[in-house]
Amino acid sequence: MSRKYANATEALAGLLHDDMTLCVGGFGLCGIPERLINAVRDAGVRNLTVVSNNAGIDGEGLGQLLRTGQIRKMISSYVGENKEFARQYLAGELEVEFCPQGTLAERCRAGGAGIPAFFTRTGVGTQVAEGKETREFAGQEYIMERSIRGDLALIKGWKADDAGNMIFRKTARNFNQVMATAAPLCVAEVEGIVPVGSIEPDAVHLPGIYVKRLICGAPYEKKIEFRTVRTKEAA
Amino acid sequence: MPWTRNEIAARAAAELEDGFYVNLGIGIPTLVANNISDATNVTLQSENGMLGIGPFPLEGEEDADLINAGKQTISELPSSAYFGSAESFAMIRGGHIDLTILGALEVSERGDIANWMIPGKMIKGMGGAMDLVAGVKRVIVTMDHCNKGGEPKFVQQCSLPLTGKAVVDMLITDLGVFERQLSTGRFRLSEIAPNVTREEIAAQTSASYDE
Repeated sequence: MSRKYANATEALAGLLHDDMTLCVGGFGLCGIPERLINAVRDAGVRNLTVVSNNAGIDGEGLGQLLRTGQIRKMISSYVGENKEFARQYLAGELEVEFCPQGTLAERCRAGGAGIPAFFTRTGVGTQVAEGKETREFAGQEYIMERSIRGDLALIKGWKADDAGNMIFRKTARNFNQVMATAAPLCVAEVEGIVPVGSIEPDAVHLPGIYVKRLICGAPYEKKIEFRTVRTKEAA
Repeated sequence: MPWTRNEIAARAAAELEDGFYVNLGIGIPTLVANNISDATNVTLQSENGMLGIGPFPLEGEEDADLINAGKQTISELPSSAYFGSAESFAMIRGGHIDLTILGALEVSERGDIANWMIPGKMIKGMGGAMDLVAGVKRVIVTMDHCNKGGEPKFVQQCSLPLTGKAVVDMLITDLGVFERQLSTGRFRLSEIAPNVTREEIAAQTSASYDE
């Protein structure tokens, strides 16, 4: 059975419904599954809970689903650079659960690894700890964080083979690797699908067991949020 | 004369030791990178999944897949390594990072830090700051001694939502350096910026500290 689909809409056929929870990879605009996000927008499903480190920027990435009002709740660590997000949040149209970035990553890792909860020092004594069980280990206070398991994971990789084995590129790996594991089903978009056997087994970043459906989304424009450079003289 | 932002960063850079793995926050901490002496071999971590941050790329060599935690384009070094967010924070939470240097809105006399939220105003989220202050071996805060309204930021008790409780080990402001002592948990004024007096610092501080 091939994992390859012709486009994002076909790859998501039969998988989307209202009220579902999506786990979405990416950091800022780096490594976001933009073709799949656009297909979710076009499908028009509503009342979504989206687990993602960021919420895109205005009109880009998850910002598209905010603009259409399809997201009911975000679970994120950082949502700056997004006016529409701030507006909806302040107007009470959007529910937000702020979660420390490392705790978010570990909650998804735990969800994917069959661990219902874990203890961490992150957030002890802050409003993140409010309402959470605490416990002392070796004289240190820890808070209990529950794992996250979504209905569907959407990620972006660099190269994958038809067995789903995937390689990420540079810092575009970020949350993609862990989000792929945090749902029973992961759909991935990549910049190139290569023949089975052309990825060195030792070099695989994400084993194909997690990736059920695959599209090639190339060509990508790849937007940069903050372009910073040095001049030759300074180098 | 109080220290400039770059002088604060240079003072913080003096805390880096050869072989250290370091995570730098946004603002004054970012300036620390330019003040590391060539004799000190330091590896910078970026919490979005990289060890060994290189300088900004040359014009035309920017790569959208290679950014720091502030979403700025950067470059890689021969010694660089990439990894995912779960592993990145495992190394932070697991105490493998030697030092983090962060900015702050407020620091309390007991070492509490507030730097992620101003209710009703700044609603962006904490990013990785709570993980860093909880997990990194040593936490240094660099900030202006007073806010734009001239009110002290080194206070008895933080009024803003906390990022971490009793986590700051050293505070470097434009007026001086305060080190928190393990034995008492209190800060001690250990250095004063040139031509600044102890009285001037006391007048601009609402926290209690040892001299």
